[in-house]
Amino acid sequence: MHTLPQQLANGLILGSMYGLIAIGYTMVYGIVQLINFAHGEIFMTGGFGALTTYLILPDGISMWIALPLMLIGGGLVAVLIAVGAERFAYRPLRGAPRLAPLITAIGLSLALQQAVFNWYPDAENPRVFPTLPGGAFDITDNLKIQSGELFVLIAAPVCMASLAFFVRTSRTGRAMQATAQDPDTAQLMGIDTNRIIVIAFAIGGFFAAVAGVAYGFRVGSVTYDMGFVAGLKAFTAAVLGGIGNIYGAMLGGLVLGLAEGLATAYIADIPGMDQFGGQGWASVWAFILLILVLLFRPQGLLGERVADRA
Amino acid sequence: MTALLEVEDLKVAYGKIEAVKGISFSVEEGQVVTLIGTNGAGKTTTLRTLSGLLKPLSGKIMFNGQPLNGVPAHKIVAMGLAHSPEGRRIFPRLSIAENLQLGAFLRKDSAGIEKDMQRAYDLFPILGERRKQAAGTLSGGEQQMLAMGRALMSQPKLLMLDEPSMGLSPIMMQKIMATIAELKAQGTTILLVEQNAQAALSLADQGHVMEVGSIVLSGTGQDLLHDESVRKAYLGED
Ligand SMILES: Nc1ncnc2c1ncn2[C@@H]1O[C@H](COP(=O)(O)OP(=O)(O)OP(=O)(O)O)[C@@H](O)[C@H]1O
Ligand SMILES: [Mg+2]
Repeated sequence: MHTLPQQLANGLILGSMYGLIAIGYTMVYGIVQLINFAHGEIFMTGGFGALTTYLILPDGISMWIALPLMLIGGGLVAVLIAVGAERFAYRPLRGAPRLAPLITAIGLSLALQQAVFNWYPDAENPRVFPTLPGGAFDITDNLKIQSGELFVLIAAPVCMASLAFFVRTSRTGRAMQATAQDPDTAQLMGIDTNRIIVIAFAIGGFFAAVAGVAYGFRVGSVTYDMGFVAGLKAFTAAVLGGIGNIYGAMLGGLVLGLAEGLATAYIADIPGMDQFGGQGWASVWAFILLILVLLFRPQGLLGERVADRA
Repeated sequence: MTALLEVEDLKVAYGKIEAVKGISFSVEEGQVVTLIGTNGAGKTTTLRTLSGLLKPLSGKIMFNGQPLNGVPAHKIVAMGLAHSPEGRRIFPRLSIAENLQLGAFLRKDSAGIEKDMQRAYDLFPILGERRKQAAGTLSGGEQQMLAMGRALMSQPKLLMLDEPSMGLSPIMMQKIMATIAELKAQGTTILLVEQNAQAALSLADQGHVMEVGSIVLSGTGQDLLHDESVRKAYLGED
């Protein structure tokens, strides 16, 4: 039977994962005003990259050694694909009508799915992901967290805090803020905006790979199409938080995760709503939340109004 | 002596529309040169091409003895050409101090940067008082001061100002023009684009009048100020 603390924990776990993916959408949008619809697939390839790394490692290796290597391997794959997409698919289209890069992104998303489906061994079926040692932690009687879920609860805040620190204090971070606010003028300051764009794609790719590993641990497997729904949810989270705002992406992820968790558990308790509870309706509630926010606060929870961005 | 900036038969187009149709002019070290002209004459297009934001169709740009053609914008600043763009274009969500620091983005001498920040605050005391404030909260005139201060932070050999007096109250406009005169007195080389022809020509060593993409008249500031056609077209006399 579900309980409030458990549902909140589930929501946080799910939301942390959404938030990590959402950072990639929001950073890229903030700097080049592009919705990178292939980002869900970058998350997926990060998961497969981590799995591949694990499979290459000798049998019976300690997860304490394997985990960092999996993050590096998955991160490398995701970053290379994200940066490659920017360099060879999106950059040539800069300045083209908005529809062109959007369609390219959707095409790239399908191509990546199909590539993994066709060429990754046994990818027709879910590929079993390694598990973290430790099993389940009983925090209290009614709150239980799996070790694989604990991973994202630690990784997401670490990633987020590092990013915030980087953007606020480093020279490159300052250059990123300037580029997001006014790319032409940023160039007049001597900022190589192409380099900044590559860095935004790379950071988004790495965070997506971390989320891909988190997904593998939580679900126990990775699939070629896992990026579709997760990507859509993360995009929702980015819009919910205010697209272009990195703190908004994390907040949007958490709000979305919590809303899903709570709705799944409690909607059915409302008289007359009993058929709307359960996991099958979770996404419906997530998207209803998105529609409500767009209606009443179109700039998202932490977004500036468009006039401020000019 | 060769000029600091030499522009030869420069043509710039947006798609098929030629906005600058083959102009030539030069700026000598220590001079203030102004481009004046009506709306849409191609002044902004010229400056954006010089700073590398637009690629010219043809023509030659030499700066400090080196060609600028094909050099990306972020490298042109490093060569000593600073551009305070039309509409000020400060970074609204960064603080005043951060905006100024961005002007010095390519510099490594932190002591020198500090000194130049102080110089900007001396030039525009209001910026010093509000240094921690988001630049977007400044008034139009204050934003203009910030944009000029930011451009100066790169220690440019040539400072390009695009309509620094645009949209300002007469008092603020006077203040900005007085600052430009002060910079000139300090020996700063300036390429000034203005709609306020009277003020610009009074300051300038050389002036060029642009009309629909071409330079139609050139002369010293004083010559143009007293030229009949200029007086009629730009100084509101008949
Ligand atoms: N991005 C653009 N795309 C297409 N045409 C443009 C663009 N920018 C400017 N133009 C056109 O180029 C011509 C020159 O414009 P420019 O902005 O250089 O003029 P200007 O002399 O700076 O005018 P103003 O005094 O109004 O600032 C105009 O006809 C303008 O409509
Ligand atoms: Mg102009």
